Amino acid sequence: MRIGLYLLARYPWLSLSRIFSVTQRTTNMRKISWTLSFSTLGALWFSVSCADDSYRAQMKGLDEQVQEIKSDVLSIDAELRRLEEKLLYPSNTHVALFIALAKDDSLRVDAVQIQIDGKLAAHYIYSFKELEALQKGGVQRIYTGNLPTGSHRLDVSVIGKLDGGKDYAQTQSFALDKGIEPKLLGITLAGPASGKSIAVSDW
Amino acid sequence: MRTIKTNVGVAVAALLAVAGAARGGDLKDLHFGEALYYAHQGQYLEALERLDAELGQHHDLDEPELDTLHFHIGEAEFSVGDFELNYRMHHRAGRAIKAVLESNVDEAIRNEAAFRLARIHFQKDQLDEALRALDRISGRIPAGIEDEIEFLRANVYLASGRPGDAVGVLKTLQGADGLTGFAEYNLGIALLQDKRSQDAVDQLNRAGQVKVRDDASKAIRDKSNLILGDLLFESNDFDRAQLSFDRVRLDGPYSNQALLRAGWAAMSAEQYDRAVVPWSVLVDRDVTDGAVQEALLALPYAYGKLNVHGRSALMYGRALETFRNERERVDASIESIRDGKFLKALVREEIRQDKDWVIRLRDLPDSPETYYLTALMASHDFQTALQNYLDLEDVRRKLETWQGSFAAFEDVIAKRRANYEPLLPEVDAKFRELDSQIRLRQEQRTNIEKRLQGMLTMPRPDYLATADERIVRERLNAIESALKTQEGPAIEALQQRAERLNGVLTWNLRTQYHERFTAAYRHLEELNADIARMTTQYQSFVRARQAAVHGYTGYDTAITRLRRRVDDELARVARVMARQGNVLEIVAITELGLRRDRLESYESQARYAVADSYDRATRAQADEGVQQ
Repeated sequence: MRIGLYLLARYPWLSLSRIFSVTQRTTNMRKISWTLSFSTLGALWFSVSCADDSYRAQMKGLDEQVQEIKSDVLSIDAELRRLEEKLLYPSNTHVALFIALAKDDSLRVDAVQIQIDGKLAAHYIYSFKELEALQKGGVQRIYTGNLPTGSHRLDVSVIGKLDGGKDYAQTQSFALDKGIEPKLLGITLAGPASGKSIAVSDW
Repeated sequence: MRTIKTNVGVAVAALLAVAGAARGGDLKDLHFGEALYYAHQGQYLEALERLDAELGQHHDLDEPELDTLHFHIGEAEFSVGDFELNYRMHHRAGRAIKAVLESNVDEAIRNEAAFRLARIHFQKDQLDEALRALDRISGRIPAGIEDEIEFLRANVYLASGRPGDAVGVLKTLQGADGLTGFAEYNLGIALLQDKRSQDAVDQLNRAGQVKVRDDASKAIRDKSNLILGDLLFESNDFDRAQLSFDRVRLDGPYSNQALLRAGWAAMSAEQYDRAVVPWSVLVDRDVTDGAVQEALLALPYAYGKLNVHGRSALMYGRALETFRNERERVDASIESIRDGKFLKALVREEIRQDKDWVIRLRDLPDSPETYYLTALMASHDFQTALQNYLDLEDVRRKLETWQGSFAAFEDVIAKRRANYEPLLPEVDAKFRELDSQIRLRQEQRTNIEKRLQGMLTMPRPDYLATADERIVRERLNAIESALKTQEGPAIEALQQRAERLNGVLTWNLRTQYHERFTAAYRHLEELNADIARMTTQYQSFVRARQAAVHGYTGYDTAITRLRRRVDDELARVARVMARQGNVLEIVAITELGLRRDRLESYESQARYAVADSYDRATRAQADEGVQQ
């Protein structure tokens, strides 16, 4: 059904652009159709698809090839990761630190700094997107490195803003005992309301 | 048309995927959390890299229930399918979700998997398979997706040409949470497809007035009003059509279309002065928009109908100039694309960091190739080609980084070899010396323990003599032996003395036996502790030595293989990218060619209309002169 075609009869000299083919099937059967982009908006009016069938076939073939490439790349990545971990971070010295935000906490973290045995290990400034990912439950690997077995000191500093826009800064020290197995530490950040603003735990 | 639907489906999937992952609750597995961190930022390749590796390790475990991922395994299996879908890997996504569906999982999880599989089939336009997957859903359904399932079912019915069935389903979804506006609109469309025009008009009228808050729902409400307006227009109900177009928001995505059609509705009702209002707003908007271009001709046409021919002629003149400029821009765009500048502009990193990069790109100075990019994005073919091209560019960069990292790995290995290899002979010699000492001590300890064990059943006080006592005893035995070869009273006295002394020794050993035995056991335990410490040091040394050697041996084969794979993949990416880029350019040039044709047609119409309007204006002036 081409609702736009009525103009073709009424105003033939103006109606070249009116072939917008508003069919029931395509206009909107799906939820949130324009969140993908502004394309659907344009598609309503300017949906004259110009790629002919041969292009379509070519594009489909290319799409399949792109999917295969992606699959291969993921496989190479997995192998490379194993190699990298074995070579650069042997299990007996491997230490990784992760940042998470406490659930339902309103702290807006701007930056985190981590020192191990008094030496700077990581300093990270968060973008809005990264902060949002943390707030949704994501966990960020902030540091991966090597430490000899034994006792070490971990200093974690956080700066950010509280709910009302007030500046917030906090630094805490923790003992880090490194055994012969890989050490994965989760650092959970929260505002002062939670009582425990920086918590470190083995994961 | 079909392709637009596919696009839409991907958008819905993306939203559901992220929303689903965010519902994870308390996180128990850091690596899964890390994958979510990237997924929440839309970096699905990075998310997949991590989750793939974590799932692979989890499935290789003998006792996976002891792994922390075990707490999230259902969600992780779904997420990997979602990430693949969002990374436009439909084949793998389908396989991942089918694997969940066919495994021995809880009924609710299986139902969710069936729903997700149906969604993938629907996106790929495999409608029968989508329905089959939906039919597999039975029993307990996870909270929150019941309505989504039925909404999807209705969409599949609509796409399969079964609007009557869709109507039945959609009626039950009216007012459903999260579907407000969409279920109402789709019901209107289903009724229209079912040839129930009056019901469709009534339904779209309702859909066009639903109370909603979010932008997406407001936009679907606008669309309802737009379609309703068109239907009313078709049935020559121009006044109601105008009312419907007027309900479309002026700042929404359908605003330009609504303004254009509102003008035409007024024109059809011969209310020319009312047509001028929306078109006057429209002509000042972005001139690359097709509706705006049409309004540039429509507005002077309306003024002509109002007999304001002078103004009409001026506006046609303005339209003519605009069309000429735009045509030249399109020509420049096409030329620039042919020169290969388009593909270079698309992959500019600093631009792609911005979420509105397409819009920013078209504003770049001296880049005609990108000026009509937003218009090109209306074509699904273009979007698909573009997205694939950008994905390939990301992959290419990643592969190039990896290619460079092999040299760094080899450098690390060479440095480690140079450091450790000269040290090892000396270390090994010391190690062997230490090793023999340790073995000797361990043997001695074992003998002592055996002897003490034996003394528990057969006491042997002589075993507990001290070193001095043993020396004294040996000297006394030697003296006694020597005295036996001699005779005389003095000798006898000496023999008695030696016997006495031996007796004292025996007395001491026998009377102190228990204390000495206890002390011996205590010393054995102390020795055990020393040996344990020594063994720990020994093992630590062995590990350190192994780690040193493992730091530079055994990597050659892996690095060679990986380097070859990366090189091969880079060559393949270059080939596919060239072809994909070529398709992209062709699609862009073809789309722009259509634009150009239309602008050319507008231009000739405007040229004719300018002349015509000037004639009319002159005639009108002449008529006025005659009357005066």
